[in-house]
Amino acid sequence: MPTDVKELTIGDSANRSAGFEDELQGETMTLNMGPSHPATHGVLRLKLELDGDIITSCDPVIGYLHRGDEKIAENMTYNQFVPYTDRLDYLAPLANNVCYAMAVERLAGLQVPPRCETIRLICCELARISSHLLGVGVYGMDCGAMSIFLYTFTQREKLYTLFEELTGARFTTSYTRIGGVSRDIPEGWLGRVNDFLNQLGPAIDEVDGLLTRNKIFIDRTKDIGVVSKEDAIAYGFTGPNLRASGVDVDLRRDKPYLGYEHYEFETFLGSVGDSYDRYLVRLWEMRDSMKIVRQAIDKMPDGLWYAEDAKKIYAPPKSKILSSMEELIQNFMLVTEGPQMPEGEVYFEAENPKGVLGFFIHSKGGGVPFRLKIRSPSFCSLSVLPKILPGMMMSDVPVVLGSLDFVMGECDR
Amino acid sequence: MSEDTFLQDLLKRFEYATERASLDDPAIQVPADKLVETCRVLRDDMGFDLLTDSTAIDWGEEASPRFTTIAHLFSTKNKEYVRIASDCIDDLEPTIPSLVPLFPIANWLERETYDMFGIRYEGHPDMRRILMWEGYPYYPLRKEFPLAGIETELPAADIAEVTQTKVIPAPMMGGPFHAPQTGEMSDREPRGADQSWNEQKEKPE
Repeated sequence: MPTDVKELTIGDSANRSAGFEDELQGETMTLNMGPSHPATHGVLRLKLELDGDIITSCDPVIGYLHRGDEKIAENMTYNQFVPYTDRLDYLAPLANNVCYAMAVERLAGLQVPPRCETIRLICCELARISSHLLGVGVYGMDCGAMSIFLYTFTQREKLYTLFEELTGARFTTSYTRIGGVSRDIPEGWLGRVNDFLNQLGPAIDEVDGLLTRNKIFIDRTKDIGVVSKEDAIAYGFTGPNLRASGVDVDLRRDKPYLGYEHYEFETFLGSVGDSYDRYLVRLWEMRDSMKIVRQAIDKMPDGLWYAEDAKKIYAPPKSKILSSMEELIQNFMLVTEGPQMPEGEVYFEAENPKGVLGFFIHSKGGGVPFRLKIRSPSFCSLSVLPKILPGMMMSDVPVVLGSLDFVMGECDR
Repeated sequence: MSEDTFLQDLLKRFEYATERASLDDPAIQVPADKLVETCRVLRDDMGFDLLTDSTAIDWGEEASPRFTTIAHLFSTKNKEYVRIASDCIDDLEPTIPSLVPLFPIANWLERETYDMFGIRYEGHPDMRRILMWEGYPYYPLRKEFPLAGIETELPAADIAEVTQTKVIPAPMMGGPFHAPQTGEMSDREPRGADQSWNEQKEKPE
C-alpha cells in the first residue's frame, strides 16, 4: 500500500491548535491575586478568571489602603496637610510635597524665590531617581533578576541618607511649606549630592548592562502588556508610562514649573508601548534627572528659601517668633487658622515619577480648603488592567504590574 | 491673553456655556444635558484628548444645586488644560451623564465619584463602588459625613459573626487642630471640630 509522504512544518501544529483556540478547555478558575502578594506591590487585589494559564477577565479590587485623604484635607489647614502628601506616593515623598505646595501657591498667587525653586527642583529630581531606582529594581525582581533590586536599593539607601540630612527624615520628608521649604540646604550638602551622582552613573550603567540586553529579561518583557498610543491617552496614562507608549508629553517641558525651562534635558519615548519600553524610559529618565540635578547644583542661586513677603502664609523664623511681637502673632494666626488663601479654584499638575500628580483645590477663603481632590497617576494606570490583561498568561501578570510602576498609597489615597 | 481669547472662543462655540471663575486654566460651566456633547467637540475638534481628572464638589445639604461635577481635559498636542463644570440634576439622587463613551478612564474616575458622593452617572457601564466596599451605606465625601466616620457592619458577615467586630469611628484625640473659619474672633480659639471619642470621653461600645 502506498503511503503519503508529508513534510512537516511548524505551521501544521499551529493550524491544528487554531481550531481549539476559541473553545474553552475545561472549566475556568477564579483566582484571587492579592491583596497581600509580593508581585502586587502593596495591597492591590486582582480577581482573575483563568482558562488554564490564560487570563479571560480581570477585575482589580482597590481601596485596601483608602484613608480618606481628601476628607482629611477638608478638615485641616493647608500646612497641616503636607505630611499627608508624603503618604501618597511614599516612594517619592519629596515630589508630592513640592506638587502640593505649588498647587496651594498657585491658589495664593504666590511666587517663591529662585533659591527655593532650585532646592525644590533638586528635591523633585532626586525623588524621581529614588522612585525609578525602586521601580526598575523591583521590576527586575519581578522578572527573576533578584540582584538588580539589591544594586538599586544600595543606591536608594545613599539617597535616603541625603534626604535625612536635608529634611530630618528618611522616608516621610514633609519638607515643603506653603511659600517655601522648611529649612535651607545644609552646609556642603550639594557637594555630597554631586558625589552621590558621580557614583550613581556607573551603578545605573551596571543595571543597564545586566538587564537591557539580558535574553531572559527581554523574553519576559518584550511585547508583553502593549498599550497603544490611543489606549494610553484614553486610559489616562501619564508620565513615563505615557511616554513609553510613544506620546510626547512631559509637563516639565510643556508646562514648565520650578524654572524647568532653564534646564537642558531630553524626553524619552518608547516605540511599542510594551513592558520593555516602560523599563527603558525609566532607566533613561534616571540619567536625565542626574543631568538636571547637576545643572541645578551649578546654578544654585543665593537668597532666601521662603517667600518673605507672604506674611499670612509662611511662618517666620523661630528666632524672630521668640523676640518680636508681630512675628509671634503671625505665627499664632498661622498655627490656629492656617495660611490665608483667596477664594477660587485651581488645578495644578506636576510631572511626578509615577506620572502626573494633580491637586484640584476649591477654596472659599480662609485656611482650610473647601474641597481638595488628588488626581493620582497610579489610579489611572491601573484602570487599564481589565483591558490589557485578558488573553495574557498568568505568569505575565507580575511583569505587567511591575512595568506600570504604581504605588497603592497613591492609588487609594 | 491667549487664554482669554481661548475662553472667548469656547463661549462662542458653546452658546449654552457660561464662564466659570477660575484662578488658572480656562473654565466653563455647561448644563448637564450638554456635557457629553461639549466634551465630544472638545475632544474631536479641539484636541483635548486626555481626561486627566473627573471629580465633584458637594456644596452642603442646604445648597441647591447641591453637587457640581468638575472635569479637567488636557490636550496632548497643544498642551493646554480646560475645566468643564456641570451641576448635577437632582439634589437627593444626583445624576449626570457619563463620559465613559468618550474617555475610558472616566470609568474608574466616575466610579470613585459615585463611591464618594453618590452621584449616579447615566450610561456608565459598571456603576459599582471602587474604594469602599459594595454595600457600604454612606458617601464619605459628602459634607454631612463626619470626619471620624460612622459605625457600620463589616463587609464580611461571617467574619463579623466570629470576631464580633464592626467598623467604628476613628479616634480623633481632639483633632483636627485648627480654629473654625467663621464666626466671632472670641469663639474661634482652637478646639477639636470633631470629638466622637478621645481620652476623656469613652469609646462607644
